Amino acid sequence: MMEWIKTTIVPHFNFWIYVVIMMLGLWAAIGKNNLIKKLIGLSIFQTAILLLYVSMGVKEGASIPIVDETMGEAAVDFMAQGGGAAGATAFPINPDLFANPLPHVLMLTAIVVGVATLGVALALCQVIFRDFGTLEEPEILNQIQTIQDDV
Amino acid sequence: MQKLFATIAVIITGAILLNAVEDFPRFGDPHSPPNSGVSGGSVSSSVHYLQNTYLDTRVPNVVTAVLADYRGYDTLFETAVILTAGIAVFAILRVVRRKDEEESTGSEEKACSGEFSTSDSDGEGRHRVVVGTACRVVVPLAQLFGFYIIAHGHPSPGGGFQGGVVLGTSFILLALAGGLGSALGRLREDMYLRLACLGVFIYAGIGLLSLFFRRNFLDYGALSGLLQTGGEEMARSHGIFGVELGVAMTVTSVMFALFANLSTRGELKGGL
Amino acid sequence: MSEHLPVIVVLAPLFGAVIVGFFGTRDRHLCFPIALTALALSFVCSIGVVHHVATVGAWDYFVGGWESPHGVGIQLRADGVNSLLLLAIAVVALLALVYSIRQDGEKDAEKSPFFYVLFLLLCVGLFGITITGDAFNVYVLIEITALTSYGLVAIGSSRRSRVAAFQYLVIGTVGASFYLIGVGYLYLAVGSLNMADIRTILAANPEIANSRIIGTALVFILLGVWTKMGLFPLHGWLPNAYSYCPSGSANLMAPLVTKVSVYVMIRILFGVFGLGVITENPGWSDLVVLIAVGSIVAGSVMALTQREIKKMLCCLIVAEVGYMVGGTWLGDAGRWGLTGSMYHILADAMMTSCLFLAAGVFAKQFGATRLEHLSGLFRRSPWAAGAFTLGGLAMIGVPPMCGFFSKFYLIRGAIDSGHWLYIVALLGSSLVNAILFFRIFEIAYFGEVPESSESSEGGCPTRGRHAAWRTAPLLVAAALTLLLGIFNRPVIDLIRGTVVENIDIVSMQE
Repeated sequence: MMEWIKTTIVPHFNFWIYVVIMMLGLWAAIGKNNLIKKLIGLSIFQTAILLLYVSMGVKEGASIPIVDETMGEAAVDFMAQGGGAAGATAFPINPDLFANPLPHVLMLTAIVVGVATLGVALALCQVIFRDFGTLEEPEILNQIQTIQDDV
Repeated sequence: MQKLFATIAVIITGAILLNAVEDFPRFGDPHSPPNSGVSGGSVSSSVHYLQNTYLDTRVPNVVTAVLADYRGYDTLFETAVILTAGIAVFAILRVVRRKDEEESTGSEEKACSGEFSTSDSDGEGRHRVVVGTACRVVVPLAQLFGFYIIAHGHPSPGGGFQGGVVLGTSFILLALAGGLGSALGRLREDMYLRLACLGVFIYAGIGLLSLFFRRNFLDYGALSGLLQTGGEEMARSHGIFGVELGVAMTVTSVMFALFANLSTRGELKGGL
Repeated sequence: MSEHLPVIVVLAPLFGAVIVGFFGTRDRHLCFPIALTALALSFVCSIGVVHHVATVGAWDYFVGGWESPHGVGIQLRADGVNSLLLLAIAVVALLALVYSIRQDGEKDAEKSPFFYVLFLLLCVGLFGITITGDAFNVYVLIEITALTSYGLVAIGSSRRSRVAAFQYLVIGTVGASFYLIGVGYLYLAVGSLNMADIRTILAANPEIANSRIIGTALVFILLGVWTKMGLFPLHGWLPNAYSYCPSGSANLMAPLVTKVSVYVMIRILFGVFGLGVITENPGWSDLVVLIAVGSIVAGSVMALTQREIKKMLCCLIVAEVGYMVGGTWLGDAGRWGLTGSMYHILADAMMTSCLFLAAGVFAKQFGATRLEHLSGLFRRSPWAAGAFTLGGLAMIGVPPMCGFFSKFYLIRGAIDSGHWLYIVALLGSSLVNAILFFRIFEIAYFGEVPESSESSEGGCPTRGRHAAWRTAPLLVAAALTLLLGIFNRPVIDLIRGTVVENIDIVSMQE
């Protein structure tokens, strides 16, 4: 058992955490009756995905992906002196010093999408509450059964 | 019943997700596929970004450069997503009206057809001396900070999205302190909607400019002919800045639009 | 400019949306002409793309000029299938737009400037998804499509449309998130987001391609797109969302959103994972074909129980999605099933567009939303009736119509691979379609014209000169349904080119 924890959970603890958080959110999104609670669940669910991506880009001993200008200028000089392509051994920028930038970029997009979805969903909740006077899903569905087409 | 179904669905999904966990790279592994690529493919994009961003764009912040240049096409649509959210919230709250409501109140007529209310400052803020004064000090600072973040996206963490949110927050603060009317007096409703559209237009327009120099869409390097400064690398840097301004416009106005409409159920009066 | 056609297809509606948002709110007479210009531009450009693909071959476009090294920037790729789909999207969107032209004195929600902005942004999403070659870019565009759809559903005049939109939102967000998880796992395994790049890496490293990470990635991407296309167990949101939204929105969403999701599935399967996924795991493919059969059966049965025209058509969409998913996973040697699926994407877009436009005309002009309202209606509106009949015949699969040829190729593929259950479901569903549509034809052609409706009690307020604007796109859609069937040969040839190309990739890998 201890062995299994050491080989499966400890080195991948980030994935275990994200899956647990995400499943909490998914459960709320499916299982709760209140529309706002569903939305809270949905938000947790989406946020957990951010954890997945961002934790992928972590490197041990690396810093934020901002190349300071002296290093950058050194790289420009290196290229100007015909030192070969980027990636040669003497190239001044060592990628191991910086975290992976791509997951951050992708998750910026996902955050924005999450906010946008939440905004639209809250607007829908307000309209539903105005129309039905409740945010409990079973009651809304009951009312829908009884109304005839009000088109 | 619903809860049982949810529990089963969650357990199955979680099990599938964790099934693969043993094959995953170790947390923080610098040589995992996302961080350094795999053999057989072309060079790892992450390594390429880290090594070449400064050479290509003269932007020290790799995230900004990847966001607005290498993957600028994504970010264009990301901005469009924000615009969509603003428009959709507007459409849902303002266009949709129940018929009886329409008939009972004549003033709803305007909102029903999706027209703008043009309420100016109603002076609610006068009665809140402490909050109003504090707000008068904080709001300019917040806006200055917002512009700083937008402008400083190149050498430090920041950029259009983050700065836009701070700018939007400053208007929300105005609304919280002095009533929605005082904020709407400064950023009118038809203004912020146009501003949101203008932001996306600026972004796509800058991208479109490069087409006239016979380069691909969003190739800011083409702008060097227009800007006359520092070659293609600096042109990319300036292009990224222009794009960030467009993003900031859209984010600012949609943040405020979401707040103003959601907090008053789309009526844009009273509330709070 | 001609070398930028693939990106202009996507950009034209984006600029259109922004300009409508900027000026349309001040003068709403500008909305329609701007939207029409934008979509017409997309239409012309997509013709250019199809022409280029047919004469030269697949077309790669690198946004930002980041061509090398491969996978650093975002790549657009037009091939024999998605260029045709671009054209179909442009045509259906144009027809839906003309249908929704603003009438004087009307104050419908669907005529506000916001409707046009959302409409154009939805087109941006659909065009973008179709042409992009980047796995993450698909996610962003799926979300644009989804958010605009929620808005377009919610502006319906019925109270139910808001609830339908909310349910659509929750399910749709979960679906899109599943897709995002799948892409995340892919990225975790191969470190790239470019579809072609991932394909090369997976082909070169069989130990990665067979790892559990890739398997999980495939499962979640499929769950995501299946949710988005409304495949049987995940279809719950579809009938309500598409039948309670305003008909202007339904004409655009019902024919296109599900089809584009099907295309995403095909694209991911053969552009990223390679069709080896299907041929090397026959057990799993059989399971998916079984799900597809379930979808066909469920859709047909649900359609039989419906008395509302639009809901019936929505249930048929679930069945049609089953056709396409099943055809993709047949795994037959000649790839005829895959060909049939791809052709059916186009055919179904045209048929569904025709039927929904007709349902919109019936509802708007005669207030006929349920089957019994249709009584004697075809005699009063012969043009709309003729178009609806053509659409119905295509749905059943009567020979000269496009629906026949897609079923022909699907069945050919199923015979090759021995999926008899699928053939039975396909034929059974055609039979159900025949029952459904001939029931409608009978009611509408031979039913008594009800006395009350002759005296026009508000059921037909817009008959007259505006009716032509609604009927014209319907007639065009019906004509295209017929033409796509008669001239199926060049379309099939173009699709075969892409499919055979792909077979080469698979054999290279082995």
